[in-house]
Amino acid sequence: MTDNHYYYAVARIRSRELSLLNQAFIDQLLGARSMDEAMRLLQDKGWHMPDEYATESDRVEKMLSAEKQKTWDLMEELVSDTSVFDVLLIENDYHNLKAAVKEALTSDDHPEIFSAGGTIDPKIMEEAVKTRDYGPLPDEMEPVAQKALETLLHTHDGQLTDVIIDKAALIAIGKAAKKSGSPVLELYAKLKVASADIKIAIRAVKTGKDKNFIKDALAPCDTLDTDKLAEAASEGMDAIYDYLALTPYSDAIPELKKSPSAFERWCDNLIIRNIRSEIAHPYTIGPLAAYIIARENEISTVRIVLSGLINDLPEESVRERAREMYV
Amino acid sequence: MGIALALLGAASAALFAGIGSAIGVGRAGQAAAGVVTEDPSQFSRVLILQLLPGTQGIYGLLIAFIALSNIGLLGGSVDTGMSVGTGLMYLFACLPMAFVGLVSAMQQSNAAVASIGLVAKRPDQFGKSMIFPAMVETYAILALLVSILAINGIG
Repeated sequence: MTDNHYYYAVARIRSRELSLLNQAFIDQLLGARSMDEAMRLLQDKGWHMPDEYATESDRVEKMLSAEKQKTWDLMEELVSDTSVFDVLLIENDYHNLKAAVKEALTSDDHPEIFSAGGTIDPKIMEEAVKTRDYGPLPDEMEPVAQKALETLLHTHDGQLTDVIIDKAALIAIGKAAKKSGSPVLELYAKLKVASADIKIAIRAVKTGKDKNFIKDALAPCDTLDTDKLAEAASEGMDAIYDYLALTPYSDAIPELKKSPSAFERWCDNLIIRNIRSEIAHPYTIGPLAAYIIARENEISTVRIVLSGLINDLPEESVRERAREMYV
Repeated sequence: MGIALALLGAASAALFAGIGSAIGVGRAGQAAAGVVTEDPSQFSRVLILQLLPGTQGIYGLLIAFIALSNIGLLGGSVDTGMSVGTGLMYLFACLPMAFVGLVSAMQQSNAAVASIGLVAKRPDQFGKSMIFPAMVETYAILALLVSILAINGIG
């Protein structure tokens, strides 16, 4: 896949990078005193403004999903086979699988719990889980769906079901990244899996899970020894910090000590810092993948800032959660 | 046999340098089209960058003309009794332009594509963006000189 040269596509992305939000704009957005002011700033940047909305949150969500859609429409225009970017969408698929499995236990339909933007239509997934006919699902998802549903039916343990699906999602992300052959996507997957494993370990300490449970929950990772991480998690937070100090993620320790949201921010910033070199690559798939990640990053930062305005949060606390920008 | 070797040299110069330029201009053209799709006002700037890898094809053609002229193929006074040694000399004299033309055009297109990306982001840096692909041109010009001197030396 990476043998292809994307001269036209990368040149278009170079032009599009000019309209990405930069740090100065985010500072300006953070300084906005009202939703209307913030929305005006975004409108000036060419962001979609929904005409009809029920609440301010609805307005924000409609705007953000339209912006997400814009990115994917552009990629479909630029790349004949967008499956190379599946690694960025798989998380949504497995989120929808969780929703479908939980919905299968109820007699009602809850379309609002499914999220758009995966590689599989949520309706197909919903139907497959509901009818126990997993054929329409991808081969690697079939056993996961079956196991998750059986586990939920027998144990009624939603957390255990989530663990099964989350681990499968991380494995699928890793596999899709290797299949893409793109160093950027492989790096993204590597960091995604590592940060997810660290989060699982931290959560396990807080909920007092035993070593075997943690070991089962952790996804294989190239940069972390999951056995050692599980061992550390079974001993406590300090043991996790001691183990992480020996890994490439030692910088995460102060953030983990601060708060889970500080760690989330650190993870996202780490990905952005690592993909930033793609700004200089002239014709590989890398700049395209980096652009998608950068757009997702700015969309999530805008969500944080606008949620802060809606909920009247102090600027400083919102600023602490805002991500670093790609440009 | 000698005339065939000389002809092979002239054809190689036009052929390989032409192939390199065709690939190079094609690559840079794709990048240029990408920039113009987003910002049509950049057309003239990216067009110049697109054309830079095209010069090798012209140099190859020039060498082919000089070689063909020297061996008499253009004037109608072809020396069919040319020795193998002389034919080989023409062949080797044309090779610098053939190979350096091919490789430099392709490499220059990579630099041109990168410069087109630079112009897309910073149109005010157009002057500097021209310099990077133009540096590759140096080696095509050196090969052109060597081929011209060598062909003239045989004549």
